[in-house]
Amino acid sequence: MSRVRADEEEYWHSSKFRAFTFDDEDDELSQLKESKRTVNSLRDIVDDDDDDLERVSWSGEPVGSISWSIKETASGSTSSLDGRDSSLQKGSSSYAALPKQGSSYSLSSLFKGRNKLSSFQSLSDALSDTGVKSYAPELRRPRAEYKDYSSDWSPKDTVRRMQRGKVLIFLKRTLRREILFRELEVRQVALCHLIHFLREMGEQKFLLDLLRFLDRTEEVALSQYREHLNIQDVEKRREFLKGCIGLPFSAEDTSHIQDHYTLLERQIIIEANDRHLEMAGQSELFRKYPRKASILNMPLVTTLFYSCFYHYTEAEGMFSSPTNLKKTFKIPDKQYVLTALAARAKLRAWGDVDALLTTKNWLGYTKKKAPIGFHRVVEILQRNNAPVQVLQEYVRLVEDVDTRLNLATKYKCHDVVIETYRDLKDRIQLTAYKDKVERGSAEEEKIHSILSNMQIRWKN
Amino acid sequence: MAFAGRRDAPEPPDFGILKRLARDQLVYLLEQLPGKKDLFIEADLMSPLDRIANVSILKQHDVDKLYKVETRPAPGASDQFCFLVRPRVRTMRFIADVTCDEWSFYLLPLDEDIISMELPEFFRDYFLEGDHRWINPVARALQLLNSLYGPFGKTYGIGRCAKMSYELWRDLEDESESEVQGRKPEIGHVFLMDRDMDYVTALCSQVVYEGLVDDTFRIKCGSVDFGPDVTSSDKSIKVLLNSQDKVFSEIRNEHFSSVFGFLSQKSRNLQAQYDRRRGMDIKQMKDFVSQELKGLKQEHRLLSLHIGACESIMKKKTKQDFQETIKAEHSLLEGFDIRESTSFIEEHIDRQVSPIESLRLMCLLSITENGLVPKDYRSLKTQYLQSYGPEHLLTFHNLKRIGLLTEQSAGDTLTAVESKVSKLVTDRAAGKITDAFNSLARKSNFRAISKKLGLIPRLDGEYDLKMPRDMAYVFGGAYVPLSCKIIEQVLERRGWQGLEEVVRLLNGNEFCVSDSAVEDNPACESQRVILAVFLGGCTFSEIAALRFLGKERGCKFIFLTTAITNSARMMEAMIEAKG
Repeated sequence: MSRVRADEEEYWHSSKFRAFTFDDEDDELSQLKESKRTVNSLRDIVDDDDDDLERVSWSGEPVGSISWSIKETASGSTSSLDGRDSSLQKGSSSYAALPKQGSSYSLSSLFKGRNKLSSFQSLSDALSDTGVKSYAPELRRPRAEYKDYSSDWSPKDTVRRMQRGKVLIFLKRTLRREILFRELEVRQVALCHLIHFLREMGEQKFLLDLLRFLDRTEEVALSQYREHLNIQDVEKRREFLKGCIGLPFSAEDTSHIQDHYTLLERQIIIEANDRHLEMAGQSELFRKYPRKASILNMPLVTTLFYSCFYHYTEAEGMFSSPTNLKKTFKIPDKQYVLTALAARAKLRAWGDVDALLTTKNWLGYTKKKAPIGFHRVVEILQRNNAPVQVLQEYVRLVEDVDTRLNLATKYKCHDVVIETYRDLKDRIQLTAYKDKVERGSAEEEKIHSILSNMQIRWKN
Repeated sequence: MAFAGRRDAPEPPDFGILKRLARDQLVYLLEQLPGKKDLFIEADLMSPLDRIANVSILKQHDVDKLYKVETRPAPGASDQFCFLVRPRVRTMRFIADVTCDEWSFYLLPLDEDIISMELPEFFRDYFLEGDHRWINPVARALQLLNSLYGPFGKTYGIGRCAKMSYELWRDLEDESESEVQGRKPEIGHVFLMDRDMDYVTALCSQVVYEGLVDDTFRIKCGSVDFGPDVTSSDKSIKVLLNSQDKVFSEIRNEHFSSVFGFLSQKSRNLQAQYDRRRGMDIKQMKDFVSQELKGLKQEHRLLSLHIGACESIMKKKTKQDFQETIKAEHSLLEGFDIRESTSFIEEHIDRQVSPIESLRLMCLLSITENGLVPKDYRSLKTQYLQSYGPEHLLTFHNLKRIGLLTEQSAGDTLTAVESKVSKLVTDRAAGKITDAFNSLARKSNFRAISKKLGLIPRLDGEYDLKMPRDMAYVFGGAYVPLSCKIIEQVLERRGWQGLEEVVRLLNGNEFCVSDSAVEDNPACESQRVILAVFLGGCTFSEIAALRFLGKERGCKFIFLTTAITNSARMMEAMIEAKG
């Protein structure tokens, strides 16, 4: 708790003046904080009648509102609106003030065209409509006149009729498919409408027939693949995905579909195993960190995280081992390190973190390497509350001096700050830093000894 | 519109009429069904309905209970049901056998200068599916506005949907007998624009206050739910955000950095006002309580809410590396360090920061660069599928189709595509025509347009965000929103002359029509009121930019949009829903 408070204090006070940024060390924030204090200090005066908050503050009517009322009905309140009269009186007064019938925009004039324009009849109405032919005059014209309609530019009649979809529904029910398809082929707008309509209605078979007829093979494949989203049962979904592999996707997408199938296949195996492990209660890891959700249908990176968390040390031969996943799905190094790092840091397995970032060259020398940049490493470790000793080892490796100083100061890696100022031969900053370390600490000692080192040629 | 000399912007017309009209018609419809009835409302319509009516109005017209469309009526309920739904196949199928009437509720005034059609699905239906079903409501909305606030003098527009809507509207006007000529207009000109003329602006992170609030908390139908982290209590508060909110109205259009100073000034003033009580005698105190206290209390509540909102925004944005993201965005807009931005996006994906955000950045990269280099496209796509799930294969297909995220093909110049299209129009292979049109839509030509219109301000020294000098302030001084720049240019030139190259790069479909019957009198106030119509959605940043332009040029912009949008809503519309 105290640590949090101290952090917060520093958050607000460690500000230098700079142009506005959305970074956390910013001057503007102290202004905000101060405004908040001012406003809060006035709260005692204001808070005496908190109940009328809505009434006083907002012109919206939260209590009499429709959304509110629907929530009430949904929550099982069986009383009808009459029962809530008292609370609604407020709102009704506003209505009384409104012109009812005698408004200058008379209702009769408004609804003059209502029947003519009434755009929405039920679908059955639309179909039994005897005048249906008049909705599609362009279809009765000779071919030569089709020119206008075959482009995407649709004249008003089509637009208006298409908006209702009546033409298409009618034609769809009455014409033989081949004829309908052929007619639509030259009418792009109508075609789009029918495809959209079929999607909305979920008429998958009809849709696929149409797309096949149009020779849109990729769309056929995608439409079929899309169906997997509706399959809840994982075994069935896996089977379905297997069938998708042979669909006419582009080469690139075929490999994605293949990966999707393989991933789900693996997840099913891992899930069965781990559920068993967890239930048996034998594994300390599962006991200590019970699984929050099943791994089924999760993305690959999430699966990799999971496997780095629960199955890190497994041999490559196991489906659940991180290295197996990395190989199978050709996960790039960068992605792998990022994910493994996050997982191991979450477990506070600092040894694993170290190993992950250590490489050996052919002579056997070890070297620290991070494909994601050490500033990211630091950020991930810090988010997982790594101790300063661990953190500072990686802060030291941040290449850019400014970033390094920034991170070191932010996370109180005193040694790194001191050494960096020494290397920069910046006596002024180093001297100033004395105030930031504890009095009588080893760090203070270190600063003193550096400052009194006669061999350093200070730049200032 | 005369830009010469600074004049005060005219007042906007009263759009309260629109609410009253919708309410009257709803009442009329309810009266068509005499006796007790239960009302079923589609979820999407609940918030808009709330803005024009309330429970007591419904009750006065014998509505007994209210339900969401999905829920089933309780047994023993009224024997009459009334459904308020949008004409969607799926909902209609659920309701099955009914008689229908139309409630022509097209226009919801969200504020004194914003009218929304509350049709978020317009974007996907038209631009992705190619479905024209919403063009009719747009045309009828224009007809209604023209009859109430017109006749409009000049109509400008760009985009295919804009053109179709305009023509359908003219046809409706020709058919109707109503006579609007001779009235004194309140709106002078109309500008219609398709969203696909400018995806870039809609994809950028918003940094004006209202935009940030929308990006962070989602403003729905003009109001926002501030959660416990904002209210510093255990409850959420629903707040109406409009010009009536005295604190909000002063900060909504400001760059976020100016907001803090304003709030701090305001809270100090408030404190001073309260402090005056100290020296008061009883009489003065009485006056204070009866006259001022209520107003001060309200101001206090507003202040503490907006301060809370600012804090919450800062906290969230700091966590998300917002500064880094904005830096990457600016590089993309300016077109330098593309490699670096690409690796930033790659890392964003690898770290699973947010599926929507990653997608947004990829689209921004694609659209500013006229498509991704094939190698990058493949690798980013693969990594995205690995990080966020393989089913996003479908999302990528959608984005390609709509032209938001595409792959460059070798030697694919605009002229080549154009000749391909003209050749294919006569070709009967329909699939190929679509492909050709799609690849045409794909070309954003952003870089060339940006250069032509000077969208990236040249900077000498720091851009003073507190004293903005142009519309670029809505993006921290880094970029003038393309959509707004087009509107500015066309209004200034009173047409498209001199913008031929820009129009060509935008794929044409521009128009400019004057109503000869309307007197072109620049002295008339209404000549300086412009209705800006956004087909496919408009962002709060664009609204702020045009409000700024209006103030500069002494004119007033009224916004009519199919819905308020932002980058996240656009991306979500492209994602294939599960199930």
